[in-house]
Parts: sequence; structure tokens; C-alpha cells
Amino acid sequence: MRFVLRRLGFFMVTLWAAVTINFLIPRLIPGNPALAMLARYRGRVNPQALHALEIDFGVGVAHQSFISSYFGYLANTFTGHLGISLTFFPEPVSKAVLQALPWTLGLVGTTTVLAFLLGTLIGLIGGWRRGGVLDSVLPPVFIVISAFPYFWIGLVAILVFGVILKWLPLGSGYSVTDTIGWSWQFVGDVLVHSILPAATILITAIGGWILTMRNNMVTVLAEDYVRMARAKGLRPWTIMWTYAGRNAILPNLVGFAMSLGFVVSGAILVEYVFNYPGVGWMLLQSVLNDDYALMQALFLLITFAVLVAILVADVLTAILDPRVRES
Amino acid sequence: MGDGLLLDVRGLTVQYETESGPLVAVEQVDLQLREGEFLGIVGESGCGKSTLLFAIARLLVPPARISSGSVVFRGRDMVELAEKELRQVRWRDFSVVMQSAMNALNPVMTVGAQLKDVCEQHSTMSRREIALRSAQVLRLVSVDPRHLDSYPHQLSGGMRQRAMIAMALLFTPQLVIMDEPTTALDVVAQRSLMVQIRELQKRLGFAVLFVTHDMSLLRHFADRVAVMYAGQVVEVSSTAQVFGHPLHPYSRGLLAAFPSVTGPRVHLVGLPGAPPDLLRPPRGCRFHPRCPEVMRSCPNVEPPLYEVGGDLVRCLLYDERGGRAGTSERSS
Repeated sequence: MRFVLRRLGFFMVTLWAAVTINFLIPRLIPGNPALAMLARYRGRVNPQALHALEIDFGVGVAHQSFISSYFGYLANTFTGHLGISLTFFPEPVSKAVLQALPWTLGLVGTTTVLAFLLGTLIGLIGGWRRGGVLDSVLPPVFIVISAFPYFWIGLVAILVFGVILKWLPLGSGYSVTDTIGWSWQFVGDVLVHSILPAATILITAIGGWILTMRNNMVTVLAEDYVRMARAKGLRPWTIMWTYAGRNAILPNLVGFAMSLGFVVSGAILVEYVFNYPGVGWMLLQSVLNDDYALMQALFLLITFAVLVAILVADVLTAILDPRVRES
Repeated sequence: MGDGLLLDVRGLTVQYETESGPLVAVEQVDLQLREGEFLGIVGESGCGKSTLLFAIARLLVPPARISSGSVVFRGRDMVELAEKELRQVRWRDFSVVMQSAMNALNPVMTVGAQLKDVCEQHSTMSRREIALRSAQVLRLVSVDPRHLDSYPHQLSGGMRQRAMIAMALLFTPQLVIMDEPTTALDVVAQRSLMVQIRELQKRLGFAVLFVTHDMSLLRHFADRVAVMYAGQVVEVSSTAQVFGHPLHPYSRGLLAAFPSVTGPRVHLVGLPGAPPDLLRPPRGCRFHPRCPEVMRSCPNVEPPLYEVGGDLVRCLLYDERGGRAGTSERSS
């Protein structure tokens, strides 16, 4: 329990630091969103309207000190008032982000978890049957695949399955003709659209898990306690899971949590290549549009997700590894 | 069988497949163990004693493999048994205590859980019975049963080693194989553990195959001692014989290298040279390059095991003294 509390304290401090840095960074960039908006309307905005916009965005340097705007920012952040998006004007940032988040969580989140589970399983069995068919075929294949950038694999996948074979859609999360809602037709369409990006992420991400898990497994199998488990006459299944597997997975947990944290930032390039309406694509848009409020919200979200993931990893490691609990 | 013979090892040879060819780590070893007997196996590091032990327990992993020989335990040849049949015999009939309890206990399971899984594997005991039996064996080795809920890292080295021995005694097997169980402990803990092992052995009647590089440990505890050199057994004698009048020059060398606490002050002598490279063992007697009593025939003739007054020795010295040339390399 004390372990969890200490971790939680650490989590809060890091979060505060991240929020503060998140406040400072955009203010070091030249320009402001009202001016960007002005540029968007090619100067056809009168000064009063500009002033109104500045108040709206809360960027009018004239009427707020740096400090008070910091505390205003803190208060707004924790109550979910993240400002108004420029890209999706006049939608509030929180609404825009909430629209993109499920897409990313669904696509990148599912594939990340799947890649970890599948990769760990394959690595576990490969390491267990060292020198077997699985162990001699998969690792080299995935070393090669992992070396390709995933957007390149995505482009090839689009070319082959979308353009040449015309089996699957070229991109986007759903067809433009769809009515968005919980209908079978829509869900099916979303799934069809997710096949290529999901497969792209899966094949590029799984290799790392296979290789590390396989190597952990080979190391652990040489341990005395595994020999001891054999001497005890335990079933191979039991030895593989509770003696070898459980110890071999420990070093991978932190890496897994980190990758979970980065789910929210999305596989930016994959979402870009597939024109997928997720957070990664939105982040790119916000940068292109000088959309500070949106950028800030997204960075904050990413930081938050990474921190939560680390917290989860710590707790998970403590549950699986008794040695961590006391130190 | 019948004459109380529990374990009969014949011509056991173990090879490691290496890139520079097969390395014979254990060569043509014959050993007999009677019920309730304490047999010590002693030798330098790398002489193949642990490999021999793991071969007997069928725990070798590639690249090591048994290339010939038999290990008859209670009438069945263990070398012939399939992994599945072996599992039935393991732990119930013979158990193993490993060298370092630090690494031989699963770090992520409590001691109790590690006693429980083996009970569930080999018996139909209920949860309650398992808990009772686990507490009982821990008490046998003077460990507080509350440590059933402890993880290995929470126990001291001595306690872990005791817990391992407790685990080995769960089913009171007829044979307990021990691979240097005391090396990680200090001298005081070593001695108390040895006393306890010997006492338990007398009480419960199991036989012990005990490997160590520390010859002095065996003096007060072993019934017989087998001395190994470069993968071969060079002498099998009663403990009194080995410590009083060792037959093989190597045994004498080993003995001279250990101090005696109670005996007269003597000059300790180390063995010159190093153990041979097992990929290219010396011709003739493997010990001849280091032997202080080397003769002209030693580099050419590989000595068999000679029987000398009930003991066995692999040395040409005993050829001339009229020892029966060992056509049959057995003591029974």
C-alpha cells in the first residue's frame, strides 16, 4: 500500500511539472492564435472582432499578467476547459479531442495490446522450444520487418491491397456515405477501414516483443529454478508459465506500459498515411494551423497517458514481482 | 536389488557437443549406492561431478547428453525412461537439492506455493493436508512455518537452503541428490546444516548422493567417498580409508590441501598444475602429468579400476602390488 501511495505522489508531482511546461512552451513560440485566425480570413476581420477573438482565446497579452494567466490556465485545465480550437473553430478543444480519441484508442490501443500479447506469447513459446520451427522462422522474419519504417509498410499495404487489388479502402476511418452511429453497417465499415492500419502497426510492433521475450525466456530457462522445477517433475506447461514465463515477462512490463502511454499520441505517421481521424492526425493538423489550444490539450493528454501507463506498470510489476514491493 | 542396492550406475558417459567436437565430461562412471547410504562425490571444479549428478537425475540440458551407460534406480533404468515416465518417479522417489538456493527457488513464488505445486503434481492431498505437510517439513529443518508465506528473497541464505531441503523431503523419497548444498553458506551454518542432514537421513532412512569440492565436509558425514578426476572416478573407498589411507595419489593430494582443525599441524600442499582439457585429455592415466608418483607406464596405459581390499582405485600402482586387474569394475 505504501508503495502505491509513494508512486501516486510521484505521479502527481510529475503531472504538475508536465502541465507547467505545457503552459510555457507554446508561449515561447512566436505568433498567437488570434493573429493566425486573422491570417486565415485573409485580413477581412475588423479590429473589434480581432479583440473579441483575443479575449475568446485568452491570448490578449495586454489584459492578463503572465502569472495570473498561469493560474487561470491551471484552473481551466483541471476543470476541462481547454479553450477553443482554431482548426475546428468554433468547437471547444475538449470536444474535438474527445471525438478523435476513440478512433486512436480503438486502433492504436487495440493493436498495441494485441502486439504485446501475441508477441509475448510467440516469444515465450519460441524461447521454450528453442531451435524449433517457430524459433527458427519468426525471429529473423520479424527482425527484417521491424527494420522497415511503418509508414513505408503502410504505403506498400495501401498500394497492394487498396490500389492494385482494390480489396480494402485506401484510408479514412469510415466511408463518407455512412451515417455515424451504433449500427452494424457502420461498425462493420469501421472494422474494414481499420484492417490495413491495424495490420501495419501490428506487424511492425510485434517483432520487438517476440525478440525480447524470446531472449528473456532463453535467459530464464538457464536459471536453476527452472532446472529445479524439472527435478520436481512438474508438468512442462506449469514450468513454462509459472516458472519460466512469469519471470521472463517482468523486464518487458515497463516497455509495454511505455508503449501504452504512447498510444494516445497515436501512430502519427500511420494515421497520416491512412488519413485516419485519430489523435495523431489531429496533432499534425493543430501544428499546421498554429492551433495552440489544441496542441496544448493534445500534449497534455499524451503526457497524462504516459504517466498513467508508468503508474500502471509500477503497480503491475509490484504485483508480479514480490522483490519490487519492499525496496 | 534385494541386497539393499538402491542405485546402480554403470558405464555412464556424458558428452557436451561443442563446436570443437564432443567433450566427454563424465566417462564410464560406475557407482553403487545402498539404501540409506551417504555417498560423497568429491573433486575439483570442472571434474564433472555436477554433470554426473544431473545425468543421474536426468536433468541434463543440451548440449549435454548421456551417450552411453545405465542408471538403474529401484530396478528401472532411468536412462531409458521417457520424460513422462520420469515425472512419476521425480520427487516422490528421488529429489534434488541444488547448489545455490538463492537461484534454485523461484523468486516470484512464496515458499509455500513452491511446496504446494509439487504436492499437487504428485499426490491427491487436499489443501489442508498440503499446508500441514508443508509446515511439518519446514519444522523438520528448523524453519518457522510462518515462512511458508515468505518469498525467497526474504529469507537468509541458510534458511533458503533449509527450505530447499524441506522441499526435498516432502514425500520422504528414498534418495536425495545434493549438489554442493552448503557452498553458499559460512562455515558455522555449513556445519549445522550437515549435522541436520545427517540426522534427518538417519531418522528418515533416505540415501544421499552428495557432491562437493570441499573434502573436509565429508569426513564426519559420508559412509563412502568417490573421488573424481577429469570426468572419471579414480577412487571409491570408505570414508575412514579415504581420510586415513587414501589409495590414489590424487586423493592424497586433495587431502593434503585441506587443513585439519583437530589433528597435528601439518604443512598444506597444493596440487601442482591444472586439471586437463577434457577436449584433449592426456593419454594413459589422466592424472599422470600432475602425479608425484608417476611411473614409466603411466602416460601409455590407461588404468582400469582395481579392487583393493573392497575399495576401488584407478591407478597403475596397484597393478604391480597384485591388485586384481579390474575386468569387472564393480564392488558387489
